[in-house]
Amino acid sequence: MKLQISHETVYRYARPIRNLVQSLRLTPSAFEGQKTHEWLIDVSGGIRGPGFRDGAGDWIEGWTVRGPAEEVTVSITGRIDTRDTAGVLRGHREMIHPMTYLRDTDATRPDSALRDLAGQADGPTDALGLAHMLSQLVSDRIAFRPGVTKSGTTAAEALALGEGVCQDHTHALIAIARTRGLPARYVSGYLHSTIDGKAHDAAHAWAEIHVGQLGWVGFDAANRCCPDERYVRLGSGADASDAAPIRGVALGTGAEELDVRVRVEEMTQ
Amino acid sequence: MGEVMSSYNEMYEGDRVRDPYARLRDWVETMPDDFRQMKQAEAEALFRRIGITFAVYGEGGDPDRLIPFDMMPRVFEQAEWRRLERGIKQRARALNAFLRDVYGRGEIIRAGRIPARLVYQNEAYEKAVVGVVPPRGVYSHIIGIDLVRTGKDEFYVLEDNCRTPSGVSYMLENREIMMRMFPQLFRGNRIEPVDQYPELLRRTLESVAPAKCSDRPTCVILTPGHFNSAYYEHSFLANLMGVELVEGQDLFVDGEFVYMRTTTGPRRVDVIYRRIDDPFLDPLCFRPDSMLGIPGLMDVYRSGGVSICSAPGAGVADDKAVYTFVPEMVRFYLGEEPILKNVQTWTLWRDDDYRYVMEHLPELVVKEVHGSGGYGMLVGPKSTKAEIAAFRAKIEANPSNYIAQPTLALSTCPTFVEEGIAPRHVDLRPYCLCGDRIELVPGGLTRVALREGSLVVNSSQGGGVKDTWVLSE
Repeated sequence: MKLQISHETVYRYARPIRNLVQSLRLTPSAFEGQKTHEWLIDVSGGIRGPGFRDGAGDWIEGWTVRGPAEEVTVSITGRIDTRDTAGVLRGHREMIHPMTYLRDTDATRPDSALRDLAGQADGPTDALGLAHMLSQLVSDRIAFRPGVTKSGTTAAEALALGEGVCQDHTHALIAIARTRGLPARYVSGYLHSTIDGKAHDAAHAWAEIHVGQLGWVGFDAANRCCPDERYVRLGSGADASDAAPIRGVALGTGAEELDVRVRVEEMTQ
Repeated sequence: MGEVMSSYNEMYEGDRVRDPYARLRDWVETMPDDFRQMKQAEAEALFRRIGITFAVYGEGGDPDRLIPFDMMPRVFEQAEWRRLERGIKQRARALNAFLRDVYGRGEIIRAGRIPARLVYQNEAYEKAVVGVVPPRGVYSHIIGIDLVRTGKDEFYVLEDNCRTPSGVSYMLENREIMMRMFPQLFRGNRIEPVDQYPELLRRTLESVAPAKCSDRPTCVILTPGHFNSAYYEHSFLANLMGVELVEGQDLFVDGEFVYMRTTTGPRRVDVIYRRIDDPFLDPLCFRPDSMLGIPGLMDVYRSGGVSICSAPGAGVADDKAVYTFVPEMVRFYLGEEPILKNVQTWTLWRDDDYRYVMEHLPELVVKEVHGSGGYGMLVGPKSTKAEIAAFRAKIEANPSNYIAQPTLALSTCPTFVEEGIAPRHVDLRPYCLCGDRIELVPGGLTRVALREGSLVVNSSQGGGVKDTWVLSE
């Protein structure tokens, strides 16, 4: 697919802030499934800082806004060609050993319910089959329902609730995959449309599981599929907070309001 | 075992009292009692006045308690020291080579010489710095290697400290106070100086400035603040090196670099000697709730805009489980045989080791993998049956949290006691500096277990410190 993406994040501060520092993971990954043609990142009133590719293969960009500022907008516009690799992250250059992604984080630490769920996947003898089954278990046990969980909800809490959004599905899948000895990580990105053709208007997240020879393979438990040409991959981490597309801290005391607009459209030349 | 264990007494060479100790013994014997008491009181007053108090090696405890200072120095002869020095430098080279490797291609793991799990699933392994090669390939710039001696030529490494080893201020102050109180001792013995340490440390830090730094590098010491138990040391070193002592809020990231707020405006910082732990360095990369760190610091570091000493992630080399593989690192990276020995270590997550240790608890020392400060450990021969039983239950609950070692017959040095001098067990922490060169000042911090028969030298458990002499040829 030829996709046109615009993504705007507006921060509004009750009191002006100074010295805002951001670390952005907002550039599409380079692998066989994606070819980026144009990609512009801008932070209003900001200075572009260090840019580098990290050990996970993600392009990281630091920005600072000296301020004072009452409003800061992070905007992305870009064009990218995507193609279906059946979820396989082929041709992606990275250095981090997969085993590093077996370590738990606070958001993915398994409780007994998650361990039970992980144990329910029996049958498949190969890692890929097991990963598919684990993903399906999460899809079955956590219904998609926005508004019931928040950004700090853990995998264990989401499973207990039985409802959540893509972040919760992803944390739960990561937790049970790691329990079964499969390295797993959190991927953030965009989704053009759900399988029924409905446009998706928010940032998206899914899991990647490392399955031996094949390497990293994506699993979107929230949508019961593997990522294909409708998906745009930005970067990864051990959990949502580690993989966050935007991390920032400013000097200031007031409240902060956030407004996000994402549009992923297919270009009709 | 236990009480009958015989220890090497560093005062003797066979039956003969070694020369330097013979001179020191005469010094003690001709010292009137009241003079000694007066000097002891004077030493205490000096320590108190300069503000150096309790916390050594981040053990915590009462920050205002004075660590006992023993006026009887510990002495190494030149030849003894040269061999130790070679061993320490060799180990420091191997540890840095290991860090370079595990944050790069992981050759030692591919070669099957160290289990992958031990490195990649280690809490101290930082995936955020994979592929980042710091200037000169040095990750750990100040390595504190804890040594014990069991015989004339037998030294064992108890542990390596690759992150931010503390205690060097004691090495410097112990010497300073001895020289002030007993100048005649330093005239009668040719003792190698240690007071060049701050200058060497500064040179080491400057030698690892980032490539983007074109002028004389600006170095700072980053402290968590005055409530930290080692704050005295942070300000002491900053003072002696002539660099700024800063807290997180004094530094900020702007564009591609880190700056320090000064009265004359922002000043770029090239090298940060940090005395805060990895998780608190930068809320954008590690713990989001850290108030101590500098937002954006890691992005600047990872893009080569600033050096951090020690490098984030250096802790993976000094874990107690990784420790067992350091001799292997020496062979693998340097192609040399290790000069310093490791203590035999049983890792309790291995079934065979577990069985052996559980059957021999009364003979062994058992430690927590991530423990420090002499807490959470069992010294079998010095423990009651009830204490051993209680510890056994702790191990059973979480075997992989423990390692065990034989109880070593730590060497003794003459030490001031009520009746004059008597042997007390000691250990040694030298501080190895790694930059463009590897440097070691002749000496280190000697800790002494002041209680008779005690093997625990930690200041939180009744340990004290001594001046450590290396004699010139």
